[in-house]
Amino acid sequence: MNRRVVITGLGVISACGKNAAEFWDSVRQGRDGASKLEEFPGLRFSNGGRVRGYQPQLYFTERELDHFDLAAQFGVLAARQAISCSGLEFTSALRESTGVITGCCVGGKLTEDSAFRELYEEKKTRFNPMIVPRTMANAGASAISMEHGFQGACLTFSTACSSSNHALAQAFWMVRQGSLEVAIAGGHEAPFSLGHLKAWEALRVVSPDVCRPFCKERRGMILGEGGAMFVLEPLEHARARGATIYAEIVGAGMNADAHHLTQPSADGAARAIRLALQDAGVAPEAIGYANAHGTGTQANDATEAQALRMVFGRHCDRLAVSSTKSVHGHALGAAGALEAAATVLGLHHRLLPPTAHFGSPDPDCPLDVIANQARVADPEYAISNSFAFGGLNAVIVFRRW
Amino acid sequence: MSDDITQRVIQVIAKTQHLSPEQIRPTSSFEELNIDSLDGINIVFNLENEFDVSIPDEAAKSIRSVADVVEGIRRLLAEKASGA
Repeated sequence: MNRRVVITGLGVISACGKNAAEFWDSVRQGRDGASKLEEFPGLRFSNGGRVRGYQPQLYFTERELDHFDLAAQFGVLAARQAISCSGLEFTSALRESTGVITGCCVGGKLTEDSAFRELYEEKKTRFNPMIVPRTMANAGASAISMEHGFQGACLTFSTACSSSNHALAQAFWMVRQGSLEVAIAGGHEAPFSLGHLKAWEALRVVSPDVCRPFCKERRGMILGEGGAMFVLEPLEHARARGATIYAEIVGAGMNADAHHLTQPSADGAARAIRLALQDAGVAPEAIGYANAHGTGTQANDATEAQALRMVFGRHCDRLAVSSTKSVHGHALGAAGALEAAATVLGLHHRLLPPTAHFGSPDPDCPLDVIANQARVADPEYAISNSFAFGGLNAVIVFRRW
Repeated sequence: MSDDITQRVIQVIAKTQHLSPEQIRPTSSFEELNIDSLDGINIVFNLENEFDVSIPDEAAKSIRSVADVVEGIRRLLAEKASGA
């Protein structure tokens, strides 16, 4: 069985808005969602892509809030939006063959941070029994499955910055081959705890001001939080019920650099892109847009540009590239999902989202970067890249619908 | 010239890289010592603790040799002493 797989629903919560419409409005305008991290004074960086004005009690009961860390809340919310957007009606048979496949890298960091503070600083001797279920990376996937009664395969990828693309790839393959009838797939993350921010500070890859991918003035990444989820179903199923189709997923590729803990490899990234194109059966020349991993660090952007050049050769001059991390931040385990949302919405609206804060071109990043202003374009195919620490790469190929 | 600061820098690099201090000369480059960017960040962290200074990100990224480190530490210590 090799079925075509389409996206019929999507949901997003991020620094760029609390639903897909708000997110797209921000992303297409290159409006940076980052804000001052006034709640964390004294860090070497001062901005982060936080979901401001978020009121959990609007969406969850007190009992649910006892059970869900902010990370899981973001996943559950995005999934609710995606399911509602899809208009899918779940029979009990369909619930049995619907799976939930998520990416989440750091789990319930806020819960962990406050628990450890109680232990080490306040010398409390008794721990809240909800800490374990609140901190596990699969808390979001499990909560989504329980809330909607989905009993198919439910799993979580925790592969750093590639978590969500691994999840989307796996979900796509499982629906394509018939292991799942419907997949709820994407990722979510809530990394803004003091302990975790200090860890990022120590790595010295976070920009002191803003994220400016691919330009000469880039000084690093900006962290982000949020979630994005998608409803994936077979094309025939979607057509039969007259669903709105936002895009098709046509291929995915994943591999490992087997090279270095933090330094990216152009060879590894290029192989991952080629694998995705092969899986999709699409020629490199057919790709018109790449939503780059584009973290805004010196190392990533130059290496990614090199990888794109290796795969696309002269076609690179006609391949529009942007990094929407410049507005929603690097949401780690949710990165690929937020970027898939930007890519899918860009294809759907025939408008390619820009790279915000772009200054002057860097000769080390010889790409057609969509600088600061969205570009009206109608490419048939687009890719979205994720390259993780530890050398784990995952690339998704989307087709406009 | 191998003064006290140079010796302390060499000790920090040796400890971070699991090398013996004899393997590190004041003129060694990071390349000769097989020190990559991630090692460099670790060395900077240990230098901050050893000398009780705060090393800015840009400076941390630009060091390529033992001499670069010694020069940077000397400057930071002088700034600290002058209360800058």
